[in-house]
Amino acid sequence: MTRSMVDISRRWGFHGIDALKNASPGYLMLMGSFALLAVAGAAVGLHGMIVGYHHVYGVSREISWGILISAYVFCVVTSTGLCIISSIGHVFGGEAFMPIAKRAVFMSIIFMLGGFCIIFFDIENPFRMAIYNVISPNLSSNMWWMGTLYGAYLVFMVIEYYFLLEQNHSLSRLMGFFGLVVGIAAHSNLGAVFGMLHGRPFWYGPYLPIYFIFSAAMSGGCAIMFVTTLAWKINPEIMNQRMERAMKAICQVTIFLISTIIFFTIWKIVTGIVSHEKTIVIMSLVTGDYAVNFWLFEIFLGMLLPLFLLIRSRGNNFNMIMWATGLMMIGIFFMRYDIVIPGQMVSVYHGLGVEEALDILKYTPSFHEIMAALLGLSVICFAFFAGEKMLNGHQLEKHEIVPEGGYICPGCGAIHFLAEGETEEEATKRHHKIW
Amino acid sequence: MKFPQIDLNTLKNEGTETVSIKERRNFLKLGLAITGVYAGGKILSLSSTYGSAHASVGLDFVEKYPYNPHYSMVIRQSLCIDCEKCVDACKKTNHVPDYGYRTRILTRKYQGQLDKKVEFIPVLCNHCNDAPCVRACPTKATYKDQVTGIVRMESKKCIGCKTCMLACPYDARYFSAERHAVDKCDFCWEERLSKGETETGCSSACPTGARTFGNLTDPTNIVFKLVHQLEETVWVLRPEDGTKPNIFYMKGNMLSVDNILKGQKFQYSDPAKS
Repeated sequence: MTRSMVDISRRWGFHGIDALKNASPGYLMLMGSFALLAVAGAAVGLHGMIVGYHHVYGVSREISWGILISAYVFCVVTSTGLCIISSIGHVFGGEAFMPIAKRAVFMSIIFMLGGFCIIFFDIENPFRMAIYNVISPNLSSNMWWMGTLYGAYLVFMVIEYYFLLEQNHSLSRLMGFFGLVVGIAAHSNLGAVFGMLHGRPFWYGPYLPIYFIFSAAMSGGCAIMFVTTLAWKINPEIMNQRMERAMKAICQVTIFLISTIIFFTIWKIVTGIVSHEKTIVIMSLVTGDYAVNFWLFEIFLGMLLPLFLLIRSRGNNFNMIMWATGLMMIGIFFMRYDIVIPGQMVSVYHGLGVEEALDILKYTPSFHEIMAALLGLSVICFAFFAGEKMLNGHQLEKHEIVPEGGYICPGCGAIHFLAEGETEEEATKRHHKIW
Repeated sequence: MKFPQIDLNTLKNEGTETVSIKERRNFLKLGLAITGVYAGGKILSLSSTYGSAHASVGLDFVEKYPYNPHYSMVIRQSLCIDCEKCVDACKKTNHVPDYGYRTRILTRKYQGQLDKKVEFIPVLCNHCNDAPCVRACPTKATYKDQVTGIVRMESKKCIGCKTCMLACPYDARYFSAERHAVDKCDFCWEERLSKGETETGCSSACPTGARTFGNLTDPTNIVFKLVHQLEETVWVLRPEDGTKPNIFYMKGNMLSVDNILKGQKFQYSDPAKS
């Protein structure tokens, strides 16, 4: 058993638990603090679950989706985005994007799991969900499709990751394709969960499903650059010529996608100010309670600063890229928050002109909600840091770990294994054939 | 500008035989359409009937209501005095916790009006025929009752995702920790109607008759009579959402309404003489 585990980890180029033993104390402390935060988040979340969420959460009857849904959206948007960006390489054959595939797919799975951790503490009866989603599905519900498709998406991504490790490129490509299709379907359904609610003019319409897909791609580009540059700080050896080329390509794509989102945001604002109920929301973003969120985090940290820094970095100043994308991740979180909360702050009876609905509704995240959101985010951070060490920086290119009978594929940069009496050229063809 | 001079007295009668049947039919149709629009137009955009049946077109509309009994409530807004007896009755009947409500009374204030400075608007679940909450629920925990059209909850299926609370354009839902599910008005089906009562808790508690509950498919029912009259405007909340709600609103303080309820036809009264 141990023997076969060792064989598998050699075959997949893993360092396993041993890598953690060799890690520096600072690194272990960082991982430990994320683990502690996750445990604390889970404990606080469970406390909330036991005493009843309505006692400890800041959400109300009118604003029933709070920071937890925002954090969930943030996680699944990033997950889908990582899938989209990585698919440019290993599904559609964009060669420059290939080296990031393994890290992107791994992080995509992790972000999805982090999202599930968060939604677990948002849904009041998560255990019923597992039962009644299956035996009593409502096919007209976006929520049902979103949950179901994201479940399928996670399965495809896990299988894809397995085939990536196994160097079975044709099957990993097939799974990556299915994962991409299902992921986009799931993610646009998430947009439609918001976009198909009649009573919420800020959300209603086809804008959100479309915006979510582009926004996901942008988040994906940002996230993969951030985690790659962070990994480069941890282990400079992961950066090689192929990876540098990949970073440059992703940097270009992300610059394009940030511009797209700026375009989307401008039109959201401009169209919003001609509709009365939307204007209230837009004005609270532009000059009201959410102005700091909007201008400082969403616009400056989420769009303008990274756009400037990424252009300045020319795709090869990794320190600059790390700062740009790291701050951008924070900005993107607020971007999600600025969709979820303001969409609910105009009462459905506002148009009736009644006293109860004149003012915009307020929401402040409670301690319990913040901790439950931090649970998901720290699970992601912990898994990232653990993964970088244990999975050997998601690379197979280091010569010393090329196992017996393997070689580095000039096409994809990964290790391929030769069959009996096969040349490297034949092996490359075999690994990259499309069914 | 010159107009053609037509002397109607000397104009020759062309006779009806030259008018084709098709033309006649079109003419009659036009007349019917105009009458229909004026007579039924008021309820046209408001009533929750499927298809295009209206009071003016004959009695076939009775069958057009999709449910039988088609429960509905008419709120005569001017009669509401904000005593909140309905809210209390609802809480008591349906064991509604303090932090939630199934129905409430909204207040609209006016300035510069001669007769009134304030108006009270009771709101509750509209039991929409096209209910957004029913569409949004992932597990069919909330559903349209096939017989009565009441939007009900099957609490054990509710996963607590709260999509229905946001989907509802009437803010009629809240999460009940006691039930471990979203809770909402069910026209007192569980507590009263299914036990043989004919009124909801709120409508029976209302001292002024602002809330009238009944069956829209029964022409002798008060709700039917209030909705199918032309003298007073009947409206619904947020018609633009196209949810086909079953809570109708009217001012309800006019003489004509009393006349209708007493089974009389409309009578003119001269305000100068009274």
